[in-house]
Parts: sequence; C-alpha cells; structure tokens
Amino acid sequence: MAITMRDSYRLDKSLEIHHEAEGLKEDVHGRHPMDDMLRTERLPHIWCPGCGLGTALTCFLSALCRAELDLDKVVVVSGIGCTGRVAGYVRLDSFHTTHGRAIPFATGLKLGNPELKVVVFSGDGDLVTIGGNHFIHAARRNMDMTVICVNNFNYGMTGGQAGATTPIGGITSTSPYGNYEYPFNVSALAAASGAVYVARWTVLHARRLERSITEALLKPGFTLVEIISPCPTGWGRQHKQREGLDTLRYYHEHGVIRHGADPRETDIGLGGVIVEGKFVDIEKPTFLEQRERRLEQIRSGGKA
Amino acid sequence: MQGDVACAEGAICAGCRFFAGYPITPATEVAQRMSERLPLVDGIYIQMEDEIASMNAVLGASWAGMKAMTATSGPGFSLMMENIGLGVMTETPCVVVNVQRGGPSTGLPTLVGQGDMMQARWGSHGDYSIIALCPSSPQELFDLTIHAFNLSEIYRVPVLVMTDAEVGHMTERVVIPPPEEIELAVRPRPKVPPGEYKAYAVPPGEWVPPMAIAGEGYRIHMTGLTHDERGYPATTDDRAQWPLVQRLVDKIEKNKERIIRLEMSQLDDAEVAVVAYGISARTAAWPMQQARQEGIRVGMLRLITVWPFPDEQIHDLAGRVRGIVVPEINMGQIVREVQRCAAGQTPVYSVPHPGGDIHDPQQVLDAIRRAAGRKVKE
Repeated sequence: MAITMRDSYRLDKSLEIHHEAEGLKEDVHGRHPMDDMLRTERLPHIWCPGCGLGTALTCFLSALCRAELDLDKVVVVSGIGCTGRVAGYVRLDSFHTTHGRAIPFATGLKLGNPELKVVVFSGDGDLVTIGGNHFIHAARRNMDMTVICVNNFNYGMTGGQAGATTPIGGITSTSPYGNYEYPFNVSALAAASGAVYVARWTVLHARRLERSITEALLKPGFTLVEIISPCPTGWGRQHKQREGLDTLRYYHEHGVIRHGADPRETDIGLGGVIVEGKFVDIEKPTFLEQRERRLEQIRSGGKA
Repeated sequence: MQGDVACAEGAICAGCRFFAGYPITPATEVAQRMSERLPLVDGIYIQMEDEIASMNAVLGASWAGMKAMTATSGPGFSLMMENIGLGVMTETPCVVVNVQRGGPSTGLPTLVGQGDMMQARWGSHGDYSIIALCPSSPQELFDLTIHAFNLSEIYRVPVLVMTDAEVGHMTERVVIPPPEEIELAVRPRPKVPPGEYKAYAVPPGEWVPPMAIAGEGYRIHMTGLTHDERGYPATTDDRAQWPLVQRLVDKIEKNKERIIRLEMSQLDDAEVAVVAYGISARTAAWPMQQARQEGIRVGMLRLITVWPFPDEQIHDLAGRVRGIVVPEINMGQIVREVQRCAAGQTPVYSVPHPGGDIHDPQQVLDAIRRAAGRKVKE
C-alpha cells in the first residue's frame, strides 16, 4: 500500500518534532515526477547548490522505474557522508548505517532474504577509503548487489578533506599544498576485485548514467556504477570551478567515452581526461549461486 | 560436548539461521560448528573479511528477518564495538558471543580472561543499556545462547554472551532438550498497515517498538543518527535525543526484574558471600567448601546476568553479610559494581587475576577467611 503525498503530510503533522522540515509544501514547489519515490516530508535535502547528488539520485530513481523492479523488494543501504543521506530520502526500505559499512550490512540483508534487490548508494570516502576492505571482498565474492559510488574526490560533509580518491596535486582542506598520495581508481579497483559489471559516468551524462544503472540493477552479481560528481563546496572552488556548472563544463571538456576500456587505463588525474563508459560486463555465478552449486553437489552424494 | 560447540547448537535450537564471523581463538569453534550445521538447516554461514563486517552483516540479516549471531574474542570484540552501538541505536535483535581471553591487545590468545566485562557494558560510544549473560559451563552456554536470542528479540537489543576460554574450550555433558521443550521468543511485529506504521513509535505501556523488516512493503528507514518516531534523523537539537536515549536505557533498566537471572547457594545462613560469574564461580567452589569445614558460613551469589546489574539484590546481600568476596579474571571490574551497590554496608574484597589461568583456589580461600575476620598468613 503506497503512502500518498497528502497522507504523509498528515502523518508528519501528528508529530511534534521535525515540524520545521515541513516548511516546503507541494503547493510551493509543485509536484516532481519522482515525488512518489521520495520521502518528500524530509525535503529540503541537505545537499549544497551545484552538488551532483540530485542528478545522481534522479538517474537512480529513473533507472529503478525503467528496470521495472518490485519497489517493495528494493532496499537501499548507505554509509556516512553526503551521498550516505540518499538512504534517508528514498521511499524504499532504506538503511543509513555506519561509516564505511554499508556493504557488509547489505551483504547481511541479501543473504538474509535473497528476494531483495540490494543497492548500496554511497560516496567514495565511505566505500573505498574507510570501507575499502568490504568493497573489494564483496566484489571478490560476487555478492549480489548494485553499488553506486558517487565520487567527488573529497570528503564533502566534513568540509572537503583529502581521501583515497583525491588525485595527486588536488587541493583540499587537509592537503593545502596539494595531495601527494597515489589515489585509488574506483572502477579499476572493482574490476580487479571481481565485479561483473563496471561503468563510469559523470553526472553530465545523465541519460547514459541512467542506462548503466538500469543495466547494473538487472544484472546478477556485484555490479558497480561510479558516478563522477561535482562538489562545488569541498572540491570545485579549490580547482577553478566555482559553481557546479563550471564542473559540468569541465566534464564536458575532459570527458571521453570509451566503452570496453581497460579499467587500468582509466585513472583520473588532475586536469586530465575522464574516461567514461562501460568497462566490464561479464557473466559469473554469484555468491549464492556458487554456494547452491557446491551444496547441491554434496546433497547428491558428490565429494566436497 | 565442547562449550563453543554447545553455543553453536544452542543458537541453532534458538532458530538462528545466520552466522557471520571471523576466525579468532578461542571462539573459532563456534564458527566452525556453524559452518557445518547451518547449511543443513537452510541457514547461511558467511566468513566475513573482519569483525567489523561480521557485526554489520549480522545487523543486516536481522533486518531481513533472520535470527543472527556472531562469535569472537577480545580483539574482534573491540572491532565490533562501533556497530554494536548501531545495533543498540537501531534496536536490532542479534546475539554477540565473546569467548574472553587474556588481554589487553593480542594478549593471551589461547588462555582465559574476563577482562571485557566493562567493555561489554560501556564499549560502544554514547550512553545506552545492554544485556550481557555469563555462562559457567558448556550446558549453560547452550542454555544461555537460547536465552540470549529470546532477550534480544523481546527487547530489540544486541545481547552479549560473555563466556571465557575455559568454558568455551571445556568439554562436559550437554543435554539438548527436544524442540518442543525449548521456549522461543520472537520480536514484536507491526499490527498496522504500512501507511499507518511508524518505525519507532512505541505502543502505550510498552517499551519496544514493533519491528517491520525489509521487503514487506513498509518502506522503513533506519539510521544510526538520532531519530524520531518515524525513524527519520532529528539532529538539530535534543528534542528527539531525550526520549530516544531515555527509552533505550529504560527498556532494559525498567525491566531488570524480568531480565536478571541469579543463582543463590548457601546464602541463608551466610556471614560471607562470594559474588562471581563465569568460570570464576566454579573456581570458588572448592574454597567455599574448605571455608565451611573451617566453620566459616560462606555462600554464593552467582551472576548469570551481569548486565543489567542486580543493584538491589547486591545491596540486600551486603546488608546481611560481614564481607563480600569477588574473584574475577581481571584486575577488578565487577567488584566496583559490587562496592557501589554495597554502599559501605560491608567490606568488599577483590580477588583479581590478570588472566592466563584461573585463580589459585587458595587465594579465594584466603579472601573468604579475611572477609570472615580470620587471620590470614601473608
């Protein structure tokens, strides 16, 4: 049973707390086609003007519609950070876990109920820095989940610090003289760890991004979509991109679509090209399929 | 049956069908047994990449509707702490077994300790209450693992089974009752349709909100942030923080009478009481026997539930005896609680041990003698 807009407002009014969040009403901002899939009573969101997360979220919701999944069975799991707040805005079963731990939590959900379509939606700092170990191991197991990693090359929520994805030379609030650590390439890391589907798009390429998320959602196994996304507050203003639009212009100038590119040749450097496209799309039994096969052999009298 | 194995069997009997863990001495046998048993009962065993992942997978599985468990020892317990807190905050039923070994740090992997008792109570950041049980034998490890699942389902809280390397690695007779004799509890479930359901709204007169799980159409939201009745973040002031944290504490503390299990022996005429738990309660058996032969009327209050702490019972006891002896395999943790509850009514004697072995019974006997006012050779 779906909650209608009107009902959800009424629900909110019965609560004493959080009434300030109700300031923005349908009659003020009008109806958005995605409203049914959002917890509109939680709007406005926390994201800065010019942030790419709105586009990333819209592409995800469009992809969910396009994939025609049973939304009661779709679960979104996030970690901590700006992207981590996605779980709080989608009107789906959604889990906002601890920093870096969305993937193991999602693993428990999926194994606890294999009928669920499990989506991990989180940021680069969450997924491949503090949560890097879980990321590579879930990919190694080919755990059945779609991971959407929004990469803005810095820790946005805490004020623009350097992380494991910050390119060499990147200026952040904790790399004021320029970052000198080698960064991770998120897509290459996933591919090297065993992901069966890897694609990367900037939020400028919204239609292609939506298509890739749809493909990822429909593909069994560990699928990754890396979304390169503007962070005007934490990243852009230090890199001659004062507004989100400047970053989109940068993507337009530096983005190169190269389907099937060797993920090892898609590193993102400061001022260099951003290779986009679908890098990996292979067939491989998932964790649960592997498990079932093995146990089936034992049940039918085979040797371990 | 070995204690660790009994623990795994207890979990299976309790309906546990999900185990995520990481090998660690002396808890590994729990995982080994689960890896063998769970596939046979349509359950899931997964060895995660570390204990942080294990704890999170357990929480995720619980939200998928499973009864879920992990087992570890000191170093792994430390790694689990942050997400035990997530379990507390989001009110996720699950069981965490800690087969305690000597610490700190890597300490004594194969040897006994009881040094994690305060960590069990306070280990995750922020303020909350929790339930921790202490078995003294493989049979009790079996029984209390079932009990732990029941408590976790009833109170929607991670329940800690704080056993130790001695009990975990001890082999003794374990009786597994027929399934119909095992009482099992299930978490409170929503009675209203999705449109009317608020994930953290507590029915009047109750302490625990009904729990919808993923995939049922309730479209729940769960967060480790301070949240309101809908489960939505409410982090701009303390308006949601007060009722939430208060309830997380109250649902345990106000139900102490229902939760706490103690075992009293020979206390009716006692002038000295031993307060002990886990293997240390068994170490005290011989010294108590000796002391009785010497004419010292000594009895025991054994803590089966260590958290929440039985304040009133210890307070009453302290009013009736001339001394309390607390042997434990740490440098004095639960003894502080006993002192607090005794509130100066009677002296409390700590018998500390840093871990690596059980107490020399002579030390416990000397403490009993001292508590009885007898002279003890130094």
